[in-house]
Amino acid sequence: MVALETEHLTKDYAVGFWRPRPYRALDDLTLRIESNEVFGFLGPNGAGKTTTLKLLTQLIYPTSGRISIFGRSPGDPEVRRRIGFLPEAPYFYDYLTAEELLAYFGGLFGLRGQACRARAAQLLDRVGIGGERRLPLRKFSKGMLQRVGLAQAILNQPDIVFLDEPMSGLDPLGRRDVRALILELRDRGCTVFFSSHILSDAEALCSRVGIIVGGQLVTAGSLSDILAFDVSGWEIVVADLDPAVLDDFTGRVRRATRISDRRYALEAPAQTEPERLVADLRARGGRFISLNPIRSTLEDFFVQQVAARRAQSPAGRFMPEG
Amino acid sequence: MARVIGLVAYHVFKESVRDKVLYNLVLFAILLIAASYLIGQMTAGQDVKIIKDLGLAASSVFGLFMAVFIGVGLVWKEVDRRSVYNLLVKPIRRHEFIIGKFLGLAGTLLVNLAVMAAALYVVLALMAWRQPALVKASVDAPVLDSGLLVAFFLLYVQLLVVTSVAICFSTFSSPMLSAAFTVGLYVVGHFNADLAHFEHVVDSPAAAWLAKALYYLLPNLAPFDVKMAVVHGQAVPALFVLFTAGYGVLYAAAMITLAALIFSRRDFK
Repeated sequence: MVALETEHLTKDYAVGFWRPRPYRALDDLTLRIESNEVFGFLGPNGAGKTTTLKLLTQLIYPTSGRISIFGRSPGDPEVRRRIGFLPEAPYFYDYLTAEELLAYFGGLFGLRGQACRARAAQLLDRVGIGGERRLPLRKFSKGMLQRVGLAQAILNQPDIVFLDEPMSGLDPLGRRDVRALILELRDRGCTVFFSSHILSDAEALCSRVGIIVGGQLVTAGSLSDILAFDVSGWEIVVADLDPAVLDDFTGRVRRATRISDRRYALEAPAQTEPERLVADLRARGGRFISLNPIRSTLEDFFVQQVAARRAQSPAGRFMPEG
Repeated sequence: MARVIGLVAYHVFKESVRDKVLYNLVLFAILLIAASYLIGQMTAGQDVKIIKDLGLAASSVFGLFMAVFIGVGLVWKEVDRRSVYNLLVKPIRRHEFIIGKFLGLAGTLLVNLAVMAAALYVVLALMAWRQPALVKASVDAPVLDSGLLVAFFLLYVQLLVVTSVAICFSTFSSPMLSAAFTVGLYVVGHFNADLAHFEHVVDSPAAAWLAKALYYLLPNLAPFDVKMAVVHGQAVPALFVLFTAGYGVLYAAAMITLAALIFSRRDFK
């Protein structure tokens, strides 16, 4: 079943006061996301990720194009009951406590009294907000606000959640919790659409990703299908290796970097069988330390794409006038 | 729908209570009591009138402050701090949000005006208690005059109009500008009647037409001020109160409708 579909979704903003020029924040986005999928929406800052999420939640209206969530318009009250949304760096009311905030939002979903309080307490436990839940939200740190934001996003047991940079502002522990939460949502049958600029988040979670650069969808598919992320070589770190032995590996290692005395980082081409190379190095007296695949990173990919876009249209994303 | 609006309204009320606005009011009540004591010492025979006049004027000024300064921030603050992003993706329509905000502030104003009215009556009760029977018999209006309540009621409806204007501006403008516009309209509103007869002052039919259009467009706030009549013990006709209040409610409803229309089409960039 299709959970979310966009067709030729485009958003222009008028920029400038006296002579506003249309600035294309999102350009012709066509996406289709199946139910129960974890979809990572990746792109550098200013690529149009937040614009897309705001369009999907109808915080802004599209200039052209169409959005359908479970076959309905995003503004449909029925859709509102089934979605959850975590905005980027969420902010809540200073005067409320975390408990009161969830009770307020629960009320909007028709939860009342004891049932509402119980649900709020359960969610706050789930996202790791302990005794702080009785403090006013103005006293919360960025990471704690992010956790409260996650709790309110899943308050109504949504069928689809939109998470805008869910890992930002979180420490490593928090990031791990969010990953666990996303997988838990998926196991419950929920569709997850999240934006990020960190590849490792996507690798750990997503069945599919879409990459957006300069307002345009560059590619969408499973990460392994996206050629840019294929392994381009192997990095092997060995210690206690006699420098003279290195010469014997000239054909098999394309580069050797000395880290410290008798400790080297060796770079082997992609077609190498890394296990055999490691075994041979050990046989020659080397002590194996680590083995890592070398991939072109998402950052490399962004840099390439951004450079390509700039070369294509020097005027940037401002639309021609007239 | 009513439940959602009620929830938003309740939280506006909760926010204002926790925003320490009410503490300012307590301060105001204490000031009023202290001032009335001093004035009672200084004036001969007119003390009750002065207290009533001062009490109503102070209530109207403080009420205006509240309506404008809470009103202009209500919607703008949510958009500026982006708390509205969490709220508007829930099953709530944008016009329900605006109506809820308005009703919440209307509730806050009602409680605050009630506190001010109570404070005024307490001071007046103290005066009445100390007043000799002969003096009581010779004044225009009884000390504890129920006419004061009529003045407070019309003041309240006037504040609803001001609140609706403030909220309307705050759907698209910053608080500073909204406050300036709202206070400007409040002042203009008190001299609005002059616009109706502008053709007697100018020759240009275009200017007269424009003045007439503005007369209907801008709020007419002068009729809401019945302070003078009440202080001097003159009766305020029930029909006048009814029509004035009806006009105020309709004007506020029109402004809130406009605010909801603007807010419903807005992009939250």
